[in-house]
Amino acid sequence: MSEIHAETVAFARDTMMPPAPPPRRETGAVRWMRENLFSGPLNIILTILAAWLLWLALRDLLPWAWRGIWQAGSASECRAIRDQLYGEGVPAACWAVVRARWRQLLFGFYPADGLWRPLLALGLFLVAVLPVLFSGAPRRLLWLSAAAPFVIVWLLWGGSLWGPVAAALGFVVGWAIWAAVARRGNAGLALLLGLGAALAWWFLLARPVAAGLASVAPLALVPVESRAFGGFTLSLVIGLAGICLSLPLGVLLALARRSELFFISKVAVAYIEVIRGVPLIVWLLVAQVVLNYFLPRGTNFDILLRVIIMVTLFSSAYIAEVIRGGLAALPSGQYEAADALGLGYWQATRLIVLPQALKISIPGIVNSFIGLFKDTTLVSIISLFDPMRISSTIRATTEWGGIYWELYVFVALVFFAFCFAMSRYSIWLERRLERSHR
Amino acid sequence: MTDAALAPPPPVSGEVAVQITGMNKWYGQFHVLRDIDLTVTKGERIVICGPSGSGKSTLIRCINRLEEHQSGQIVVDGTELTSNLKNVDKVRSEVGMVFQHFNLFPHLTVLENCTLAPIWVRKVPKREAEETAMHFLHKVRIPEQAHKYPGQLSGGQQQRVAIARSLCMRPKIMLFDEPTSALDPEMIKEVLDTMIELARDGMTMLCVTHEMGFAQAVANRVIFMDQGQIVEQNTPREFFNNPRSERSKLFLSQILGH
Repeated sequence: MSEIHAETVAFARDTMMPPAPPPRRETGAVRWMRENLFSGPLNIILTILAAWLLWLALRDLLPWAWRGIWQAGSASECRAIRDQLYGEGVPAACWAVVRARWRQLLFGFYPADGLWRPLLALGLFLVAVLPVLFSGAPRRLLWLSAAAPFVIVWLLWGGSLWGPVAAALGFVVGWAIWAAVARRGNAGLALLLGLGAALAWWFLLARPVAAGLASVAPLALVPVESRAFGGFTLSLVIGLAGICLSLPLGVLLALARRSELFFISKVAVAYIEVIRGVPLIVWLLVAQVVLNYFLPRGTNFDILLRVIIMVTLFSSAYIAEVIRGGLAALPSGQYEAADALGLGYWQATRLIVLPQALKISIPGIVNSFIGLFKDTTLVSIISLFDPMRISSTIRATTEWGGIYWELYVFVALVFFAFCFAMSRYSIWLERRLERSHR
Repeated sequence: MTDAALAPPPPVSGEVAVQITGMNKWYGQFHVLRDIDLTVTKGERIVICGPSGSGKSTLIRCINRLEEHQSGQIVVDGTELTSNLKNVDKVRSEVGMVFQHFNLFPHLTVLENCTLAPIWVRKVPKREAEETAMHFLHKVRIPEQAHKYPGQLSGGQQQRVAIARSLCMRPKIMLFDEPTSALDPEMIKEVLDTMIELARDGMTMLCVTHEMGFAQAVANRVIFMDQGQIVEQNTPREFFNNPRSERSKLFLSQILGH
């Protein structure tokens, strides 16, 4: 012991060192490649292997796509042009099919003179979600967001403008009554009366009011049947409606599952397990066939509406589980602090719990949304014309028989564009919300 | 200790702030609080100490019903804590609490942390709530951090924000649950100074803490707990110099003995 002590030298610093700038890093492409691609034997082998695989994958694909023929009336014409240009049997894509049939791929059987309607609806949707997606967007746009669903429905399905307006008025009536009663201080009664008023409006008054308004000012678009929807219009209608509706439903389910009220939590658990435990295709078939047995004879319950409801219910179970993970990750101290400050359950949930839980759940939520959007292709099973089924239909025509890859590549690229946009947005949002660690 | 400690704390009024009679609590089979009787008068500053697991945190968490008691009676400022949620909300809005791990809301700025409850629970207009918040942030000496997020502050600063957040609700009683236990030694003093100032202003305080310097400076009563029971109650001077029970003697020798 004493020897060790003898060897330590007493030391006291009399001046503190000022901070120095970090050493300058060398930059440049060569430097980057040496550091990232050729830093050691293993890395060199992996780089060469990857380059070889990449070459294998692209050496046929790129020339095939690049040689692509854009001007042709049919698959056989395509082949003739190819033989003339590149010689017999040389692989060349026949993009002419996309050029000839893009309208069907994008809009299905939507009336040709009304294609501006789905496009305008999509534009309106994108503007309406701006204030929800980006906190920097003007708050006044939220009024547009509230009105957008009704306008979009009117644009897509046509008919009298006053139908959607009357439906929207139901919400206004319900909200007005709720607000009036809630101000008197009875929250439960207010909810009940507001709900009752809205239902009464929808079932009793909405139809006559809409008819009355229509007779005064007949503003209407040509009605379009749900069966006419197809291609990416169909995918987007189902996918976006499902996404917008399943998030709030999923949040409620997740909260219900964690509720201290026995009945509510068990109902949520049962719902989630049953919905998740059965394939989506089965639920779609249920929507198509079985629902009709339960509905009164002669009710025409729109097939697209049924599919949207089923997809929403299905997706909300997944969203609920993702959000439950976020809720569980929140430290109990947050709940205690909210309680100790006197915040009520809904206040604490809205102001403290959900903002943090949703932030944690963003990757999972977006993952579910991307899955939902791609799963819309499953509706071909109940004879709706999603992009894949449209592709098969095009291939079944005499002009374009024998065309495979071109249509699939096109469909894949469009899906990829949407999904990649969602993925990038989620990464951006996560980074923006990254506050607790600066 | 500190300059703040030199001024004697104000005298205690006679009114009752918290009245606990025959209170019992169990976690499953485990009897955490056994037959607790405690009367706290307004303006009193009580330090609760004892070995870990003795039930001291649970006791003060019962006062704002973060924990439910199973028998006995707790009356806070004239309101009895029962399963009636209105009473619970009323008590919670009048009792402030500071936690060991601060429990600030990380997604809100310091200022938003302080104005949230006044705006949503007390329905104070935003402007007014922000003025109050800045007043208390001045008081805990970090007004310049108002627009930062909690994650950007040191532990001591976070705890002072937590104190300011509670004060913004203008509580009549403040509960402190080991407020300095999670802090680096260098930061303990700044939090204690804030608490001492609060005591000088006449706040009714119940503090679970092992800061014996703090107890001697401001407390007018020390409560020593062990195995869910109040083992000894006395003035700080008597308790530290002349502990009566064997358990207190052992405890004091362990925390002061090195």
